[in-house]
Amino acid sequence: MSASLSELSTYLGEKLPGRFSDAVLAYGELTVSVEPRDLIEVATFLRDDPKCQFISIIDVCGADYPSRTKRFDVVYHLLSPKQNFRIRLKVQADEETMVPSITGVYPGADWFERETYDLYGVLFSGHPDLRRILTDYGFEGHPLRKDFPLTGFVEVRYDDEAKRVVYEPVELKQEFRNFDFLSPWEGTDYVLPGDEKAKQ
Amino acid sequence: MAETSVRNFNINFGPQHPAAHGVLRLVLELDGEVVDRVDPHIGLLHRGTEKLIEHKTYLQAVPYLDRLDYCAPMNQEHAFALAAERLLGIEVPKRGQLIRVLYCEIGRIMSHILNVTTQALDIGALTPPLWGFVEREKLMVFYERASGSRMHAAYFRPGGVHQDLPHKLVEDIGKWIDPFLKSLDDLDALLTGNRIFKQRNVDIGTVSLADAWAWGFSGVMVRGSGAAWDLRKSQPYECYAEMDFDIPIGKNGDCFDRYLVRMEEMRQSAKIMRQCVDLLVGKEGSGPVSNLDGKVVPPKRPAMKRSMEALIHHFKLYTEGYRVPAGEVYAAVEAPKGEFGVYMVSDGTNKPYRCKLRAPGFAHLQAMDFLCRGHMLADVTAVLGSLDIVFGEVDR
Repeated sequence: MSASLSELSTYLGEKLPGRFSDAVLAYGELTVSVEPRDLIEVATFLRDDPKCQFISIIDVCGADYPSRTKRFDVVYHLLSPKQNFRIRLKVQADEETMVPSITGVYPGADWFERETYDLYGVLFSGHPDLRRILTDYGFEGHPLRKDFPLTGFVEVRYDDEAKRVVYEPVELKQEFRNFDFLSPWEGTDYVLPGDEKAKQ
Repeated sequence: MAETSVRNFNINFGPQHPAAHGVLRLVLELDGEVVDRVDPHIGLLHRGTEKLIEHKTYLQAVPYLDRLDYCAPMNQEHAFALAAERLLGIEVPKRGQLIRVLYCEIGRIMSHILNVTTQALDIGALTPPLWGFVEREKLMVFYERASGSRMHAAYFRPGGVHQDLPHKLVEDIGKWIDPFLKSLDDLDALLTGNRIFKQRNVDIGTVSLADAWAWGFSGVMVRGSGAAWDLRKSQPYECYAEMDFDIPIGKNGDCFDRYLVRMEEMRQSAKIMRQCVDLLVGKEGSGPVSNLDGKVVPPKRPAMKRSMEALIHHFKLYTEGYRVPAGEVYAAVEAPKGEFGVYMVSDGTNKPYRCKLRAPGFAHLQAMDFLCRGHMLADVTAVLGSLDIVFGEVDR
Protein backbone atom coordinates (compact mmCIF):
# COMPACT_ATOMS: atom_id res chain seq x y z
CA MET A 1 0.00 0.00 0.00
CA SER A 2 2.69 2.48 1.03
CA ALA A 3 4.84 1.55 -1.99
CA SER A 4 2.05 2.32 -4.43
CA LEU A 5 1.25 5.53 -2.55
CA SER A 6 4.84 6.72 -2.89
CA GLU A 7 4.58 5.92 -6.61
CA LEU A 8 1.45 8.02 -6.72
CA SER A 9 3.26 10.79 -4.92
CA THR A 10 6.08 10.83 -7.51
CA TYR A 11 3.53 10.63 -10.32
CA LEU A 12 1.70 13.66 -8.97
CA GLY A 13 5.01 15.50 -8.65
CA GLU A 14 5.69 14.91 -12.35
CA LYS A 15 2.21 15.77 -13.56
CA LEU A 16 1.61 18.82 -11.40
CA PRO A 17 5.04 20.46 -11.06
CA GLY A 18 5.13 23.23 -8.51
CA ARG A 19 1.48 22.82 -7.64
CA PHE A 20 2.04 21.45 -4.18
CA SER A 21 4.61 22.49 -1.65
CA ASP A 22 4.82 19.33 0.35
CA ALA A 23 3.94 15.64 0.05
CA VAL A 24 4.28 13.55 3.18
CA LEU A 25 3.79 9.83 3.56
CA ALA A 26 3.11 8.98 7.20
CA TYR A 27 1.19 6.15 8.88
CA GLY A 28 0.49 4.72 5.42
CA GLU A 29 -1.34 7.85 4.30
CA LEU A 30 -0.39 10.44 1.71
CA THR A 31 -0.79 14.10 2.66
CA VAL A 32 -0.33 16.79 0.04
CA SER A 33 -0.21 20.51 0.83
CA VAL A 34 -1.69 22.80 -1.78
CA GLU A 35 -1.90 26.58 -2.17
CA PRO A 36 -5.49 27.88 -2.21
CA ARG A 37 -5.17 29.20 -5.78
CA ASP A 38 -4.17 25.74 -7.10
CA LEU A 39 -6.82 23.79 -5.22
CA ILE A 40 -9.44 23.52 -7.97
CA GLU A 41 -6.86 22.52 -10.56
CA VAL A 42 -5.36 19.83 -8.32
CA ALA A 43 -8.76 18.48 -7.30
CA THR A 44 -9.96 18.32 -10.91
CA PHE A 45 -6.78 16.54 -11.94
CA LEU A 46 -7.09 14.04 -9.11
CA ARG A 47 -10.68 13.31 -10.08
CA ASP A 48 -10.16 12.98 -13.85
CA ASP A 49 -6.72 11.48 -14.29
CA PRO A 50 -7.01 7.76 -15.13
CA LYS A 51 -4.19 6.88 -12.75
CA CYS A 52 -5.83 8.70 -9.83
CA GLN A 53 -9.63 8.62 -10.22
CA PHE A 54 -10.33 10.13 -6.84
CA ILE A 55 -14.01 10.36 -7.70
CA SER A 56 -15.36 10.29 -4.18
CA ILE A 57 -15.20 13.10 -1.66
CA ILE A 58 -14.99 11.66 1.80
CA ASP A 59 -14.56 14.64 4.03
CA VAL A 60 -13.70 18.31 4.29
CA CYS A 61 -12.83 19.67 7.70
CA GLY A 62 -10.90 22.39 9.42
CA ALA A 63 -8.23 22.40 12.08
CA ASP A 64 -7.00 25.35 14.10
CA TYR A 65 -3.36 26.11 14.93
CA PRO A 66 -3.49 29.58 16.54
CA SER A 67 0.31 29.91 16.79
CA ARG A 68 0.72 30.03 13.01
CA THR A 69 0.25 33.13 10.85
CA LYS A 70 -2.19 31.22 8.69
CA ARG A 71 -3.95 29.58 11.54
CA PHE A 72 -6.37 27.21 9.80
CA ASP A 73 -5.84 24.01 7.90
CA VAL A 74 -8.63 22.96 5.60
CA VAL A 75 -8.26 19.22 5.19
CA TYR A 76 -9.79 17.30 2.27
CA HIS A 77 -10.02 13.53 2.22
CA LEU A 78 -10.54 11.95 -1.18
CA LEU A 79 -11.09 8.32 -2.07
CA SER A 80 -10.37 6.47 -5.28
CA PRO A 81 -12.49 3.33 -5.29
CA LYS A 82 -10.94 2.09 -8.55
CA GLN A 83 -7.34 2.33 -7.36
CA ASN A 84 -8.25 1.77 -3.72
CA PHE A 85 -6.30 4.85 -2.61
CA ARG A 86 -6.96 7.60 -0.16
CA ILE A 87 -5.34 11.00 -0.32
CA ARG A 88 -5.40 13.98 1.99
CA LEU A 89 -5.12 17.54 0.68
CA LYS A 90 -4.30 20.40 2.98
CA VAL A 91 -4.83 24.09 2.40
CA GLN A 92 -3.69 26.76 4.82
CA ALA A 93 -5.89 29.76 5.46
CA ASP A 94 -6.52 32.56 7.93
CA GLU A 95 -9.69 34.43 8.80
CA GLU A 96 -9.54 36.50 5.61
CA THR A 97 -8.22 34.05 3.02
CA MET A 98 -10.82 32.98 0.52
CA VAL A 99 -10.44 29.27 -0.11
CA PRO A 100 -12.00 28.32 -3.45
CA SER A 101 -14.96 26.03 -2.98
CA ILE A 102 -14.68 22.61 -4.61
CA THR A 103 -18.44 22.15 -4.87
CA GLY A 104 -18.02 22.50 -8.65
CA VAL A 105 -15.75 19.46 -8.69
CA TYR A 106 -17.49 17.44 -5.99
CA PRO A 107 -21.12 18.40 -5.28
CA GLY A 108 -20.83 16.45 -2.02
CA ALA A 109 -18.42 19.03 -0.58
CA ASP A 110 -21.30 21.47 -0.06
CA TRP A 111 -22.27 20.71 3.53
CA PHE A 112 -18.76 19.86 4.59
CA GLU A 113 -17.60 23.33 3.55
CA ARG A 114 -20.58 24.90 5.29
CA GLU A 115 -19.63 23.00 8.41
CA THR A 116 -16.02 24.17 8.18
CA TYR A 117 -17.23 27.74 7.80
CA ASP A 118 -19.62 27.35 10.70
CA LEU A 119 -17.18 25.80 13.15
CA TYR A 120 -13.97 27.61 12.16
CA GLY A 121 -14.96 30.69 10.18
CA VAL A 122 -12.98 29.71 7.09
CA LEU A 123 -14.44 31.49 4.07
CA PHE A 124 -15.06 29.67 0.80
CA SER A 125 -15.37 31.60 -2.45
CA GLY A 126 -17.84 30.36 -5.02
CA HIS A 127 -19.86 28.30 -2.58
CA PRO A 128 -23.54 28.31 -3.57
CA ASP A 129 -24.98 28.72 -0.10
CA LEU A 130 -22.46 29.48 2.65
CA ARG A 131 -24.72 29.50 5.72
CA ARG A 132 -24.24 28.13 9.20
CA ILE A 133 -25.27 24.53 9.47
CA LEU A 134 -24.72 22.90 12.84
CA THR A 135 -24.99 25.75 15.32
CA ASP A 136 -28.12 27.49 16.51
CA TYR A 137 -30.01 30.07 14.45
CA GLY A 138 -28.36 33.40 15.19
CA PHE A 139 -25.28 31.88 16.81
CA GLU A 140 -22.21 34.09 17.13
CA GLY A 141 -18.62 32.91 16.97
CA HIS A 142 -16.95 29.81 15.62
CA PRO A 143 -17.02 27.13 18.29
CA LEU A 144 -14.22 24.80 17.22
CA ARG A 145 -11.56 27.51 17.26
CA LYS A 146 -9.07 26.91 20.00
CA ASP A 147 -9.78 30.33 21.56
CA PHE A 148 -13.51 29.57 21.90
CA PRO A 149 -14.22 28.33 25.43
CA LEU A 150 -15.60 24.83 25.85
CA THR A 151 -18.58 26.13 27.81
CA GLY A 152 -19.46 28.79 25.23
CA PHE A 153 -20.82 32.23 26.08
CA VAL A 154 -24.60 31.86 26.30
CA GLU A 155 -26.98 29.27 27.62
CA VAL A 156 -30.67 28.84 26.91
CA ARG A 157 -33.62 28.09 29.10
CA TYR A 158 -37.37 28.36 28.83
CA ASP A 159 -38.64 31.42 30.67
CA ASP A 160 -42.08 30.72 32.05
CA GLU A 161 -42.95 34.38 32.47
CA ALA A 162 -41.85 35.50 29.01
CA LYS A 163 -43.29 32.26 27.58
CA ARG A 164 -40.31 31.79 25.33
CA VAL A 165 -36.76 30.52 25.28
CA VAL A 166 -34.29 33.10 26.55
CA TYR A 167 -30.53 33.35 26.08
CA GLU A 168 -28.40 34.26 29.10
CA PRO A 169 -24.67 34.46 29.77
CA VAL A 170 -23.26 31.15 30.95
CA GLU A 171 -23.07 30.82 34.70
CA LEU A 172 -21.02 27.92 35.98
CA LYS A 173 -21.53 26.53 39.44
CA GLN A 174 -18.05 25.10 39.24
CA GLU A 175 -15.11 26.06 37.08
CA PHE A 176 -14.32 23.60 34.31
CA ARG A 177 -11.46 21.54 35.67
CA ASN A 178 -8.70 21.49 33.15
CA PHE A 179 -5.67 19.86 34.70
CA ASP A 180 -2.30 20.52 33.19
CA PHE A 181 -0.54 17.20 32.75
CA LEU A 182 2.27 18.49 30.59
CA SER A 183 4.43 19.84 33.41
CA PRO A 184 4.78 17.85 36.62
CA TRP A 185 5.53 21.04 38.57
CA GLU A 186 2.76 23.43 37.58
CA GLY A 187 -0.71 22.88 38.95
CA THR A 188 -3.91 24.44 37.77
CA ASP A 189 -4.02 28.14 36.94
CA TYR A 190 -7.10 28.85 39.07
CA VAL A 191 -8.00 28.33 42.72
CA LEU A 192 -9.19 24.84 43.52
CA PRO A 193 -12.20 24.58 45.84
CA GLY A 194 -10.91 24.49 49.45
CA ASP A 195 -7.53 25.92 48.50
CA GLU A 196 -8.49 29.57 49.07
CA LYS A 197 -7.19 29.66 52.64
CA ALA A 198 -3.88 28.00 51.87
CA LYS A 199 -2.44 31.15 50.32
CA GLN A 200 -3.38 33.47 53.23
CA MET B 1 -63.70 29.53 -15.29
CA ALA B 2 -61.87 32.36 -13.68
CA GLU B 3 -58.10 32.22 -13.74
CA THR B 4 -56.65 31.65 -10.32
CA SER B 5 -53.14 32.51 -9.36
CA VAL B 6 -51.12 29.44 -8.44
CA ARG B 7 -48.20 29.79 -6.13
CA ASN B 8 -45.69 27.44 -4.63
CA PHE B 9 -46.29 26.40 -1.09
CA ASN B 10 -43.70 26.12 1.65
CA ILE B 11 -44.13 23.62 4.45
CA ASN B 12 -42.06 22.57 7.38
CA PHE B 13 -41.50 18.84 7.72
CA GLY B 14 -40.41 18.38 11.33
CA PRO B 15 -38.54 19.02 13.61
CA GLN B 16 -41.17 16.97 15.45
CA HIS B 17 -42.31 14.42 12.92
CA PRO B 18 -42.22 10.66 13.48
CA ALA B 19 -40.94 10.00 9.95
CA ALA B 20 -38.10 12.50 10.32
CA HIS B 21 -36.10 9.92 12.31
CA GLY B 22 -35.13 12.41 14.94
CA VAL B 23 -34.90 16.16 14.92
CA LEU B 24 -34.76 17.01 11.27
CA ARG B 25 -36.41 20.12 9.95
CA LEU B 26 -37.03 19.95 6.21
CA VAL B 27 -38.26 23.11 4.55
CA LEU B 28 -40.10 21.86 1.50
CA GLU B 29 -41.16 24.02 -1.39
CA LEU B 30 -44.12 22.36 -3.05
CA ASP B 31 -45.66 22.89 -6.44
CA GLY B 32 -48.98 21.21 -5.81
CA GLU B 33 -47.87 17.85 -4.51
CA VAL B 34 -44.52 17.84 -6.32
CA VAL B 35 -41.43 18.78 -4.38
CA ASP B 36 -39.57 21.68 -5.95
CA ARG B 37 -36.86 22.23 -3.40
CA VAL B 38 -35.76 20.64 -0.14
CA ASP B 39 -33.75 22.55 2.41
CA PRO B 40 -32.80 20.37 5.37
CA HIS B 41 -32.05 22.31 8.55
CA ILE B 42 -29.88 20.23 10.81
CA GLY B 43 -27.96 20.88 13.99
CA LEU B 44 -30.86 20.64 16.41
CA LEU B 45 -29.05 17.81 18.15
CA HIS B 46 -25.60 19.37 17.91
CA ARG B 47 -23.75 18.71 21.15
CA GLY B 48 -20.24 19.75 20.20
CA THR B 49 -18.83 16.24 20.42
CA GLU B 50 -15.65 17.17 18.57
CA LYS B 51 -14.98 20.09 20.89
CA LEU B 52 -15.62 17.94 23.94
CA ILE B 53 -13.25 15.23 22.71
CA GLU B 54 -10.49 17.83 22.39
CA HIS B 55 -10.82 18.40 26.14
CA LYS B 56 -10.86 14.75 27.21
CA THR B 57 -8.18 12.11 27.35
CA TYR B 58 -8.31 9.36 24.76
CA LEU B 59 -10.04 6.94 27.10
CA GLN B 60 -12.56 9.51 28.29
CA ALA B 61 -13.47 10.29 24.68
CA VAL B 62 -14.68 6.75 23.92
CA PRO B 63 -18.21 7.09 25.36
CA TYR B 64 -18.91 10.13 23.18
CA LEU B 65 -18.57 7.91 20.14
CA ASP B 66 -21.47 5.75 21.37
CA ARG B 67 -23.73 8.74 21.27
CA LEU B 68 -23.26 9.40 17.57
CA ASP B 69 -25.06 6.63 15.78
CA TYR B 70 -26.95 5.23 18.73
CA CYS B 71 -28.45 2.44 16.60
CA ALA B 72 -25.08 0.70 16.37
CA PRO B 73 -22.88 2.26 19.05
CA MET B 74 -19.90 -0.06 18.98
CA ASN B 75 -19.14 0.49 15.30
CA GLN B 76 -18.33 4.14 16.03
CA GLU B 77 -16.06 3.28 18.94
CA HIS B 78 -14.30 0.94 16.57
CA ALA B 79 -13.18 3.73 14.24
CA PHE B 80 -11.90 5.78 17.16
CA ALA B 81 -10.05 2.80 18.62
CA LEU B 82 -8.47 2.02 15.25
CA ALA B 83 -7.28 5.61 14.83
CA ALA B 84 -5.73 5.71 18.31
CA GLU B 85 -4.15 2.29 17.83
CA ARG B 86 -2.59 3.32 14.57
CA LEU B 87 -1.02 6.38 16.16
CA LEU B 88 0.15 4.38 19.15
CA GLY B 89 1.39 1.55 16.94
CA ILE B 90 -0.18 -1.24 18.98
CA GLU B 91 -1.87 -4.44 17.91
CA VAL B 92 -5.03 -6.10 19.15
CA PRO B 93 -4.72 -9.81 20.03
CA LYS B 94 -6.67 -12.33 18.04
CA ARG B 95 -9.43 -12.89 20.58
CA GLY B 96 -9.95 -9.15 20.91
CA GLN B 97 -10.27 -8.85 17.14
CA LEU B 98 -12.81 -11.66 16.99
CA ILE B 99 -14.91 -10.08 19.73
CA ARG B 100 -14.77 -6.76 17.91
CA VAL B 101 -15.86 -8.28 14.62
CA LEU B 102 -18.64 -10.21 16.37
CA TYR B 103 -20.00 -7.09 18.04
CA CYS B 104 -19.63 -4.97 14.92
CA GLU B 105 -21.83 -7.42 13.07
CA ILE B 106 -24.32 -7.41 15.94
CA GLY B 107 -24.38 -3.64 15.57
CA ARG B 108 -24.90 -3.91 11.83
CA ILE B 109 -27.88 -6.20 12.28
CA MET B 110 -29.30 -3.92 14.99
CA SER B 111 -29.05 -0.91 12.73
CA HIS B 112 -30.39 -2.63 9.62
CA ILE B 113 -33.37 -4.13 11.47
CA LEU B 114 -34.24 -0.72 12.79
CA ASN B 115 -33.87 0.89 9.40
CA VAL B 116 -35.72 -1.67 7.30
CA THR B 117 -38.64 -1.93 9.68
CA THR B 118 -39.04 1.77 10.37
CA GLN B 119 -38.82 2.50 6.68
CA ALA B 120 -41.77 0.16 6.29
CA LEU B 121 -43.44 2.04 9.12
CA ASP B 122 -42.88 5.36 7.38
CA ILE B 123 -44.76 4.17 4.36
CA GLY B 124 -47.58 2.65 6.30
CA ALA B 125 -46.77 -0.88 7.50
CA LEU B 126 -47.08 -1.36 11.23
CA THR B 127 -46.19 -5.04 11.67
CA PRO B 128 -42.49 -5.08 10.62
CA PRO B 129 -41.27 -2.88 13.50
CA LEU B 130 -43.17 -5.03 15.98
CA TRP B 131 -41.49 -8.15 14.65
CA GLY B 132 -38.09 -6.60 14.15
CA PHE B 133 -37.81 -5.11 17.60
CA VAL B 134 -38.18 -8.55 19.19
CA GLU B 135 -34.88 -9.64 17.65
CA ARG B 136 -33.27 -6.26 18.19
CA GLU B 137 -34.04 -6.44 21.88
CA LYS B 138 -32.22 -9.76 22.12
CA LEU B 139 -29.17 -8.17 20.52
CA MET B 140 -29.25 -5.35 23.02
CA VAL B 141 -29.21 -7.95 25.77
CA PHE B 142 -26.02 -9.33 24.22
CA TYR B 143 -24.59 -5.81 24.35
CA GLU B 144 -25.57 -5.57 27.98
CA ARG B 145 -24.08 -8.93 28.89
CA ALA B 146 -20.76 -7.95 27.34
CA SER B 147 -20.43 -4.37 28.46
CA GLY B 148 -23.03 -3.78 31.15
CA SER B 149 -24.97 -1.34 29.05
CA ARG B 150 -27.68 -1.79 26.46
CA MET B 151 -26.65 1.08 24.27
CA HIS B 152 -23.79 3.25 25.41
CA ALA B 153 -21.32 0.46 25.79
CA ALA B 154 -17.83 2.05 25.87
CA TYR B 155 -16.63 -1.45 25.15
CA PHE B 156 -14.12 -1.07 22.29
CA ARG B 157 -11.20 0.80 23.79
CA PRO B 158 -7.85 1.60 22.23
CA GLY B 159 -5.84 -1.60 22.61
CA GLY B 160 -8.70 -4.09 22.52
CA VAL B 161 -12.01 -4.53 24.27
CA HIS B 162 -12.78 -3.76 27.87
CA GLN B 163 -13.63 -7.20 29.23
CA ASP B 164 -13.61 -10.80 28.06
CA LEU B 165 -16.87 -12.46 27.08
CA PRO B 166 -18.20 -15.25 29.29
CA HIS B 167 -18.29 -18.62 27.56
CA LYS B 168 -22.05 -18.86 28.06
CA LEU B 169 -22.60 -15.57 26.24
CA VAL B 170 -20.71 -16.75 23.15
CA GLU B 171 -22.80 -19.91 23.14
CA ASP B 172 -26.01 -17.94 23.46
CA ILE B 173 -25.06 -15.71 20.56
CA GLY B 174 -24.42 -18.83 18.50
CA LYS B 175 -27.84 -20.18 19.44
CA TRP B 176 -29.52 -16.92 18.49
CA ILE B 177 -28.41 -16.97 14.85
CA ASP B 178 -30.72 -19.66 13.44
CA PRO B 179 -33.98 -18.41 14.96
CA PHE B 180 -33.01 -14.95 13.78
CA LEU B 181 -32.59 -16.11 10.18
CA LYS B 182 -36.04 -17.67 10.46
CA SER B 183 -37.62 -14.43 11.62
CA LEU B 184 -35.69 -12.54 8.94
CA ASP B 185 -37.31 -14.82 6.38
CA ASP B 186 -40.70 -13.98 7.87
CA LEU B 187 -39.94 -10.29 7.54
CA ASP B 188 -38.79 -10.90 3.99
CA ALA B 189 -42.03 -12.68 3.15
CA LEU B 190 -43.99 -9.82 4.63
CA LEU B 191 -42.24 -7.00 2.77
CA THR B 192 -40.29 -8.02 -0.33
CA GLY B 193 -43.21 -9.19 -2.41
CA ASN B 194 -45.65 -6.73 -0.93
CA ARG B 195 -47.40 -4.73 -3.62
CA ILE B 196 -47.79 -1.57 -1.58
CA PHE B 197 -44.21 -1.67 -0.37
CA LYS B 198 -42.99 -2.03 -3.94
CA GLN B 199 -45.20 0.75 -5.25
CA ARG B 200 -43.79 3.08 -2.65
CA ASN B 201 -40.12 2.13 -3.14
CA VAL B 202 -39.36 0.95 -6.66
CA ASP B 203 -37.92 3.74 -8.83
CA ILE B 204 -38.03 6.20 -5.96
CA GLY B 205 -34.88 8.12 -5.09
CA THR B 206 -32.83 6.62 -7.90
CA VAL B 207 -29.16 7.55 -7.84
CA SER B 208 -26.57 6.62 -10.44
CA LEU B 209 -23.20 5.28 -9.38
CA ALA B 210 -21.25 8.31 -10.65
CA ASP B 211 -23.56 10.63 -8.70
CA ALA B 212 -23.27 8.43 -5.63
CA TRP B 213 -19.49 8.78 -5.58
CA ALA B 214 -19.50 12.50 -6.34
CA TRP B 215 -21.94 13.19 -3.51
CA GLY B 216 -19.71 11.35 -1.07
CA PHE B 217 -22.06 8.43 -0.51
CA SER B 218 -20.78 5.24 1.06
CA GLY B 219 -22.00 1.94 2.38
CA VAL B 220 -25.41 0.76 1.28
CA MET B 221 -25.93 3.94 -0.73
CA VAL B 222 -23.18 3.02 -3.24
CA ARG B 223 -23.79 -0.72 -3.05
CA GLY B 224 -27.44 -0.14 -3.93
CA SER B 225 -26.22 1.67 -7.05
CA GLY B 226 -24.08 -1.25 -8.11
CA ALA B 227 -20.57 -0.74 -6.72
CA ALA B 228 -19.08 -3.77 -4.98
CA TRP B 229 -17.39 -1.50 -2.47
CA ASP B 230 -17.14 -2.51 1.14
CA LEU B 231 -14.32 -1.41 3.41
CA ARG B 232 -14.43 -4.79 5.13
CA LYS B 233 -13.28 -6.32 1.82
CA SER B 234 -11.42 -3.55 0.05
CA GLN B 235 -9.45 -2.10 2.97
CA PRO B 236 -9.79 -4.86 5.56
CA TYR B 237 -9.27 -4.08 9.22
CA GLU B 238 -9.19 -6.47 12.20
CA CYS B 239 -9.67 -10.05 11.01
CA TYR B 240 -12.26 -9.33 8.31
CA ALA B 241 -9.79 -10.57 5.70
CA GLU B 242 -10.11 -14.09 7.13
CA MET B 243 -13.89 -14.06 7.18
CA ASP B 244 -15.96 -15.60 4.43
CA PHE B 245 -18.85 -13.38 3.34
CA ASP B 246 -20.32 -11.80 0.22
CA ILE B 247 -21.16 -8.23 -0.64
CA PRO B 248 -24.69 -7.84 -1.99
CA ILE B 249 -25.15 -5.10 -4.57
CA GLY B 250 -28.20 -3.53 -6.19
CA LYS B 251 -28.86 -2.82 -9.83
CA ASN B 252 -31.06 0.23 -10.03
CA GLY B 253 -29.98 2.39 -7.10
CA ASP B 254 -33.52 3.04 -5.91
CA CYS B 255 -35.03 2.74 -2.45
CA PHE B 256 -36.14 -0.84 -3.07
CA ASP B 257 -32.64 -2.00 -4.02
CA ARG B 258 -31.23 -0.42 -0.91
CA TYR B 259 -33.83 -2.29 1.11
CA LEU B 260 -32.84 -5.57 -0.56
CA VAL B 261 -29.14 -4.91 0.03
CA ARG B 262 -29.80 -4.33 3.73
CA MET B 263 -31.79 -7.54 4.02
CA GLU B 264 -29.02 -9.57 2.41
CA GLU B 265 -26.34 -7.83 4.47
CA MET B 266 -28.08 -8.99 7.62
CA ARG B 267 -27.80 -12.59 6.41
CA GLN B 268 -24.13 -12.09 5.60
CA SER B 269 -23.58 -10.54 9.02
CA ALA B 270 -25.17 -13.58 10.61
CA LYS B 271 -22.73 -15.69 8.60
CA ILE B 272 -19.76 -13.70 9.90
CA MET B 273 -21.12 -13.95 13.44
CA ARG B 274 -21.30 -17.72 13.15
CA GLN B 275 -17.66 -17.88 12.06
CA CYS B 276 -16.64 -15.64 14.95
CA VAL B 277 -18.55 -17.74 17.45
CA ASP B 278 -16.92 -20.93 16.15
CA LEU B 279 -13.47 -19.36 16.40
CA LEU B 280 -14.13 -17.91 19.84
CA VAL B 281 -15.17 -21.22 21.37
CA GLY B 282 -12.33 -23.01 19.57
CA LYS B 283 -8.67 -23.10 20.49
CA GLU B 284 -7.64 -20.29 18.15
CA GLY B 285 -9.82 -17.81 19.94
CA SER B 286 -8.31 -18.12 23.38
CA GLY B 287 -5.91 -15.59 24.82
CA PRO B 288 -6.04 -12.00 25.98
CA VAL B 289 -8.73 -9.64 24.70
CA SER B 290 -6.62 -6.52 24.71
CA ASN B 291 -3.05 -5.50 24.23
CA LEU B 292 -0.78 -6.27 27.17
CA ASP B 293 1.12 -2.98 27.02
CA GLY B 294 0.61 -1.67 30.54
CA LYS B 295 1.30 1.88 29.39
CA VAL B 296 -1.89 1.97 27.32
CA VAL B 297 -4.33 -0.65 28.56
CA PRO B 298 -5.29 -0.45 32.25
CA PRO B 299 -4.57 -3.55 34.36
CA LYS B 300 -7.26 -5.95 35.52
CA ARG B 301 -8.49 -5.62 39.07
CA PRO B 302 -6.92 -8.82 40.48
CA ALA B 303 -3.51 -7.68 39.23
CA MET B 304 -3.90 -4.38 41.06
CA LYS B 305 -4.34 -6.23 44.36
CA ARG B 306 -0.92 -7.85 44.03
CA SER B 307 1.29 -5.70 41.86
CA MET B 308 2.47 -2.21 42.77
CA GLU B 309 3.28 -1.52 39.13
CA ALA B 310 -0.28 -2.39 38.08
CA LEU B 311 -1.60 -0.05 40.76
CA ILE B 312 0.56 2.80 39.50
CA HIS B 313 -0.49 2.10 35.90
CA HIS B 314 -4.12 2.15 36.91
CA PHE B 315 -3.77 5.47 38.69
CA LYS B 316 -1.85 7.11 35.89
CA LEU B 317 -4.10 5.81 33.11
CA TYR B 318 -7.32 6.93 34.78
CA THR B 319 -6.05 10.39 35.70
CA GLU B 320 -3.55 11.54 33.16
CA GLY B 321 -4.18 8.92 30.49
CA TYR B 322 -1.55 7.94 27.96
CA ARG B 323 0.36 10.19 25.62
CA VAL B 324 -0.13 9.52 21.95
CA PRO B 325 2.73 10.25 19.53
CA ALA B 326 2.26 13.34 17.37
CA GLY B 327 0.84 12.75 13.93
CA GLU B 328 -2.41 12.50 12.05
CA VAL B 329 -4.37 9.52 10.80
CA TYR B 330 -7.70 8.87 9.15
CA ALA B 331 -9.24 5.57 10.20
CA ALA B 332 -12.46 4.42 8.58
CA VAL B 333 -14.75 1.51 9.26
CA GLU B 334 -17.70 0.15 7.36
CA ALA B 335 -20.39 1.21 9.80
CA PRO B 336 -23.93 0.00 9.05
CA LYS B 337 -24.82 3.35 7.51
CA GLY B 338 -21.69 3.77 5.43
CA GLU B 339 -18.12 4.84 5.91
CA PHE B 340 -17.61 6.19 9.40
CA GLY B 341 -14.21 7.83 9.71
CA VAL B 342 -12.19 9.46 12.43
CA TYR B 343 -9.57 11.99 11.41
CA MET B 344 -7.38 12.33 14.44
CA VAL B 345 -4.59 14.83 14.95
CA SER B 346 -2.37 14.27 17.94
CA ASP B 347 0.17 16.76 19.23
CA GLY B 348 1.88 14.30 21.53
CA THR B 349 -0.17 15.09 24.64
CA ASN B 350 -2.77 13.00 26.43
CA LYS B 351 -5.69 14.62 24.59
CA PRO B 352 -6.53 14.60 20.88
CA TYR B 353 -5.65 17.94 19.28
CA ARG B 354 -8.39 17.54 16.71
CA CYS B 355 -10.85 14.74 16.23
CA LYS B 356 -13.05 15.09 13.20
CA LEU B 357 -15.86 12.57 13.01
CA ARG B 358 -16.88 11.83 9.47
CA ALA B 359 -20.44 10.59 9.63
CA PRO B 360 -21.97 8.82 6.63
CA GLY B 361 -25.43 10.22 7.36
CA PHE B 362 -24.16 13.78 6.97
CA ALA B 363 -23.10 13.16 3.38
CA HIS B 364 -26.30 11.28 2.61
CA LEU B 365 -28.63 13.87 4.05
CA GLN B 366 -27.11 16.73 2.07
CA ALA B 367 -28.25 14.99 -1.11
CA MET B 368 -31.92 15.20 -0.04
CA ASP B 369 -32.53 18.09 -2.41
CA PHE B 370 -30.83 16.23 -5.27
CA LEU B 371 -32.77 13.02 -4.55
CA CYS B 372 -36.23 14.43 -3.86
CA ARG B 373 -36.55 17.12 -6.49
CA GLY B 374 -39.46 16.24 -8.77
CA HIS B 375 -40.78 13.53 -6.48
CA MET B 376 -44.11 13.63 -4.71
CA LEU B 377 -44.40 14.81 -1.12
CA ALA B 378 -45.17 11.29 0.09
CA ASP B 379 -41.93 10.01 -1.45
CA VAL B 380 -39.86 12.27 0.78
CA THR B 381 -40.41 9.93 3.71
CA ALA B 382 -39.55 6.89 1.59
CA VAL B 383 -36.28 8.49 0.45
CA LEU B 384 -35.47 9.69 3.93
CA GLY B 385 -36.11 6.22 5.31
CA SER B 386 -33.85 4.55 2.79
CA LEU B 387 -30.99 7.01 3.45
CA ASP B 388 -30.80 5.62 6.98
CA ILE B 389 -30.35 8.85 8.88
CA VAL B 390 -29.62 9.04 12.57
CA PHE B 391 -29.32 12.49 14.02
CA GLY B 392 -26.79 11.60 16.65
CA GLU B 393 -24.16 11.25 13.95
CA VAL B 394 -25.41 13.89 11.53
CA ASP B 395 -25.39 16.65 14.12
CA ARG B 396 -22.60 15.32 16.32
